[in-house]
Formats: sequence, structure tokens, C-alpha cells
Amino acid sequence: MEIPYTVAERPDTGVNNVKLGIWLFLASEVMLFGGLFSTYVILRLGGTDWPLGSDILSVPIGTFNTAVLIGSSVTMVMAHASLKMNQFDQFKKYMGLTVLLALVFLTVKSYEYFDKISHGDLPSASTFLAIYWTMTALHGLHIIGGVVVNGYFWGPGSKMFHSRPEMFANRVEAAGLYWHFVDLVWIFLFPVLYLL
Amino acid sequence: MENVTTAEQVSHAEHGHDEHHELSFLQSYVFSLDHKVIGIQYAITAMLFLLLGFTLMMIMRWQLAFPYTPIPVIGGLLGQNNAQFIAPEFYNSLGAMHGTIMVFLGVVPLAVGGFGNYVLPLQIGAPDMAFPRLNMASYWTFFCGGVVMFASFFVPGGAANSGWTSYAPLSVIATEGQTWWLVGMIFLITSSLLGSVNFIVTTLQLRAPGLSFMRLPFFVWAQLVTSFLLLLAFPPLEAAGVMQLMDRVADTSFFMPAGLVTGDGPLEISGGGSPLLWQHLFWFLAHPEVYVLILPAMGIVAEVLANNTRKPLWGYRVLVASVIFLGFMSFIVWAHHMFMTGMGTTMSSFFQTTTMIISVPSVVILSALLISLYGGSIRYPVPMLFALAFLPMFAIGGLTGLPLGLTAPDLHFHDTYYVIGHFHYVVAPGTIFALFAGIYYWYPKATGRVMSELLGKIHFWGSFIAIQFVFTPMFITGLAGMNRRLYDGGLEYAHLQEVVGWNATMSYGAWTLGFFQIFFIFNFFWSIRNGKKVDDNPWKATTLEWQAPSPPPHGNFTSPPEVHRGPYEYSVPGADKDFTMQGEADPAKA
Repeated sequence: MEIPYTVAERPDTGVNNVKLGIWLFLASEVMLFGGLFSTYVILRLGGTDWPLGSDILSVPIGTFNTAVLIGSSVTMVMAHASLKMNQFDQFKKYMGLTVLLALVFLTVKSYEYFDKISHGDLPSASTFLAIYWTMTALHGLHIIGGVVVNGYFWGPGSKMFHSRPEMFANRVEAAGLYWHFVDLVWIFLFPVLYLL
Repeated sequence: MENVTTAEQVSHAEHGHDEHHELSFLQSYVFSLDHKVIGIQYAITAMLFLLLGFTLMMIMRWQLAFPYTPIPVIGGLLGQNNAQFIAPEFYNSLGAMHGTIMVFLGVVPLAVGGFGNYVLPLQIGAPDMAFPRLNMASYWTFFCGGVVMFASFFVPGGAANSGWTSYAPLSVIATEGQTWWLVGMIFLITSSLLGSVNFIVTTLQLRAPGLSFMRLPFFVWAQLVTSFLLLLAFPPLEAAGVMQLMDRVADTSFFMPAGLVTGDGPLEISGGGSPLLWQHLFWFLAHPEVYVLILPAMGIVAEVLANNTRKPLWGYRVLVASVIFLGFMSFIVWAHHMFMTGMGTTMSSFFQTTTMIISVPSVVILSALLISLYGGSIRYPVPMLFALAFLPMFAIGGLTGLPLGLTAPDLHFHDTYYVIGHFHYVVAPGTIFALFAGIYYWYPKATGRVMSELLGKIHFWGSFIAIQFVFTPMFITGLAGMNRRLYDGGLEYAHLQEVVGWNATMSYGAWTLGFFQIFFIFNFFWSIRNGKKVDDNPWKATTLEWQAPSPPPHGNFTSPPEVHRGPYEYSVPGADKDFTMQGEADPAKA
């Protein structure tokens, strides 16, 4: 049994199954983080006093992490482009870099978390910290998910390149779309939590 | 089609393999990738949960009919606290879990997971769902959610007891069962997310050649719109669920205002949260969820009506337009559940207006289905009886909703049994009757045999009459002001003394309704072996699923289907028989 349009595009919709699936998934992710950002707006507008993010969080560390994630988005694009140009070694290099940058992000984030815990800035301390912890932790879970998926395509999953290169490129593209989305969420989170 | 196989030598799901090998029991029935097996798994699990949810309600109805008396027969099974009579906190758990189980573990998984999985790929001529592994993951995530919900009955303090809506701050300070409820919900939401992505991709991508959008059976349209609602409305509740979980386990204050005092003194929390925010996020899901409950039912009814009136549906294009508009509007009516929260008159006026607007496409759909009957040569098999009953029952449920959508009468009706009567008329004799119609209708496709007609008729008439005694009196007691969550059914309130007697009527109705389900359960299992054997198209229907063998093998169709016409070509003038299947080539062109 062959399921149609797993690799090829369906002519009348112009997409293959994987691409349509990942876009729909991202649409639901937009609604998930949309719910959280709405919560931020409502609680902040309804709150009596709201701390300035930069008084509690470290802007230089946040900026560094933002740059790291944007960098990993660039290497992700390069990884997919290398596949399209049939350069498997380049793909391995760029995909490895993507995973590495994601791990750097997580390490820095963990440092920030431990720093907060040691100062007693737990989620229960204030509404601002509750939102900070919940949103960054949920975002962090998405990063971990991305590391697992990208790590798989970098490691054991990359064997597929030799048997079904087109399908493999499609999968990497879908993983890339997800990865860009996760970066985009951070690009909203950083100013909202650290700067405003 | 690389491997055209018989049902016995099913090929490996991963394509391109040449070797055929037998699938183990686990692979073919438990961790199956076949949409039909997954559909049946969903349907059976959901029906078990429907039975459980119904049982919880039958226990509640004892306390309402005969307050403070021991439950006969099963009373001893409910634990020491409930030996004398049902304890108040257990009654609250029963209420919360009846709603949760019926909606999230019963009706939606049956309507979407069960019928959607089994019928939708067949109706569009697809070999399977677009992502079979995702489909299996969706079922097992749902199953885990169900296990967590069920297990919560046995934790200290019992299952969640803050209503199926879990309003904060009560739910945040409730017993441990609420944490289990939240974890269970996160599983269920994830499951429906995976499922809805799969349904949308399957519908858009795997349609057979020639099956354009305006040739899709109405059931497929209903499932497609439903999937979009699940995809986009559920995630905000997931966000809300995560936040409530944080409130409970990490002592945050998302939904907790400052200065709360309980029986144990002031709460030590930072405060600054908003209980109203939970209600907004909850209803942002739960109103579209209402349409998730009703749209697949409308789809099933449309299929059964067209088939048994032997004429095309009246106004197919209008039906499609209405169902899309309904889906869109369902996202902007949620706060009509919150008129009494003091959110302000501007908000109330807006949501009152959108609510009146959304009733228009609902009425259009119902009218089109009703007009479809006109001039038909109607047959009355069991599925048709249930489908016909759906029309007036949904009409009662829908029309009694209009006063609730207007702010002024809602002041009086809010949180009374009138509301309970209203939405149960929509969901119970509405949706669940439509689901019964679907089970009787597609049973021959799944098994090759029809269910017993006599038992089916007993089931239908018994249920149809009994269910009126359950829900009609609710309008009476509700109008008299009986609150929906009263533990003793209003015994202690002076203004309810004239109507408390109806509680017993409703309870007898519910138990009678339960009795008549025995005929269905027996029929369902008995007919698997003893039902009358029928051919692939016993109802003489037109849509693609009836072109496949019964039961369809792995990969569904013996030859790839092609579609040449619309979905409801019944009684076409000049045709040699009174139905022309979608897959039949036009003899003039051939």
C-alpha cells in the first residue's frame, strides 16, 4: 500500500503531505503561544504594579541567547540548502552546528534558571516571574524537542539520505520550519520579558 | 498500489518492501497503523467511556430523586463514605467527571476519532490516513488521557470535583484529583491535535482522482471543519491547563486574585491573577467544542437522510457554506457563557450579537435537512429512525438556546436546569442519536453483516421515549429556578417545593434509558457473528465507501477508485437504477 503525495506535491494543492502537516501543526502552536501571550497582556493590564524586565533578568545574557538562536536558524537553512545541492558532508556540518547552538542556548538558559532559584525568584514569587518561568520553560521544552528531532536527522536518521534523498530533504525542511517557529517565539519572548 | 493484497496477507505498512509477512496479533489489533482498526479502537474505547459517564449520571440521579437514602444494589461498591448515602464531595466528583468523560472521552472520540477515522478515508477513496503512525500515536495518547482520568477516581479526595469547567479559584484549591484532571486533559488535547492535523491533510491531499471539493460527501465537509476547530481552539486550553497546573503545583497565581481566604485561613500566594482569565481561555475552546460535538453528527445525519429518502440532499452548496461559516463564527461567541461574570455590557452586547448570528447557519442546515425529506420515497431502517429523530431533537435543543444567548433572559436562566436541558437536547438525543444512526449505518461496512432490525427498533423507540422524560422536565424545573449543581435537587429551597417531584420522573427516565441500551449492547456484539450477511452495498448508497469490500482490506479498495459525479445521485431521471455511485463511469462518455 502506497500513500500518495508523501514526497511529490499534489498538483491541485501545490504541497506534499509533510509540508501541509507541519504548517497545520505550527498554526496550532501559534494558538498555544497566542493563549500565553494573551495571558501576559491581560495580567499585566490588570496588575497594580509590574516590574521592569531588565531589573530582574539579565539583558546581556538574553541578547546573547537571542543571537545564538538566530544563528542556529541560519545554519538550519544552510543544512537544508546543502541537501538540495546534494552535499551530504556540508549538511552534516551545518546540522551539527544547529544542534550545538541549541545546546548552547539550553546551557545558558539553565544557568539563568539556577541563578533565579538561588535568588529565590521562584514562579510563586510574583505574577511576572510566574509568566517568565512558564513561557520560557514551555519554549525550552520546544527547544528540547527540536534538539531531539534535529539530532536524529543529524545522526541515525541521516542514513535515509542515501536511500530516499528527496524524502529526507522534505523531512529536514519540515524540521526546519518547526525550528524557525521556535526561534520566532523566542524573538517575541525576549523583548516582552527582558526589555518591556 | 504496489501490493494489492487480501485481508489475510496484509503487507508491511512501510512501503516498498517486497517481502509479505504476517502481522503479529499486537501489530494488527493493538498497535495497528490501519485507519480502520484505529477507528474501531477509538469507537470501542469511546463507547466504554460513554457507558461509564452514563453510569456516573445514573448514580447521581439516585441522590436527586431520593436524597439521603442508601443506593440499592451497588451502594456497597462506592466506598465507606457513600455507604449511607452519596457524600456531597463524591456527588461533585460525579458531576464533574460525567461532563468531562461524556464530552472529551465519549462523544468527541466516537464522532471524530471513531467515525472520522473509519469512514473519512473510505469516503474520499484514500488507502489510509496521510500519517498512519501519527494516527496510532493519537489513539494511544487519547488512551493514556483516559487512563489518567479514570485513575483519578482512586486518588485521595477522589476525582476532580470542580465541575467539568474547572473554574478557578475553586479548582486551584481543590483536592488532588484536579491535578490528575489537568494532566489527563493535556494528554487528550495533544491527541486531538495529532488527529486533527491528520484529518485535514488526509482530506485535502488524499482525495481520489475526480473528487473535487464540491463532490465531497457532506460528512467529509463536517469532519474537515471539525478538525480545524480542534486544531485551533484546543491549544489555548492547553496553555490554560499548563497555567492551572502551575497554580496548583508551583503556587503561582495566574488565576488567583490577592486576598483569598479559605476555611484554613488566608492563602499564602502572591496574588494578582484573574479567575475570569480561566473562564475566557476555557470557553475559547469549549464553545467551538460544542460544534465539534454537533458537526460530525450533522454529517452522519445528512448521509443517512440522503440514502433513505432516495433523493439528493436539498441545497448541498448552502449546507457546505453554512458549515464553514458556522466553524468560523464558533470562534467568536465564547463569552456568551459568561454574561453573569460582570465582564461588562459592551462585551455582553458583542457576544450576544455574534450568538444570534451563529444561530442562522445552524437553522439553515437544519432546514435544508428537513426540506431534503420533501418528496422522497422514504425507507425506515433503524439508522433512518435515529437520523429522523435527530431533526426535532436538535431543533428543541437549538431553539431553547436562543433565550440563553440573549443577556436579559440569561440572567434568569443562567446555571439552572434549563441550561442542562438545553445542551443535553443538543448532545444526547441530538448528537448521540446521530452517532447511533452512524453505528447502525456503517456497521455492515465494518463487519459484512447488518445489526438486528428488531432489537434496533426496540432500542430506538425505548430510548426515544425514555429520553424525553429525562430532559423535558429540566425546562420546567429550570424555569422555576432550580440550580444545576444542587446536591439534594433543591429540597431545601422554598421556591422549588412545587417542582422537586420532577426529579424522580427524570431519574426513572434515565434508568429506563439505561435499560434500553442493553438491547443495543447485546445487538452490537451478537450481530458480529449472527447478523444477516449482506453484500458490499446493503443500503444501495452512492458514496465511495460502499464501493470497497466489506470489511475493507488493508489499503481499502480492490482497484484505485475514480470519481465521476457528485455524492448524492439518487433517483436520477433516466438512470437504470435509483442510485448512481460516485465511482461509476458515465456510460455516455465511456
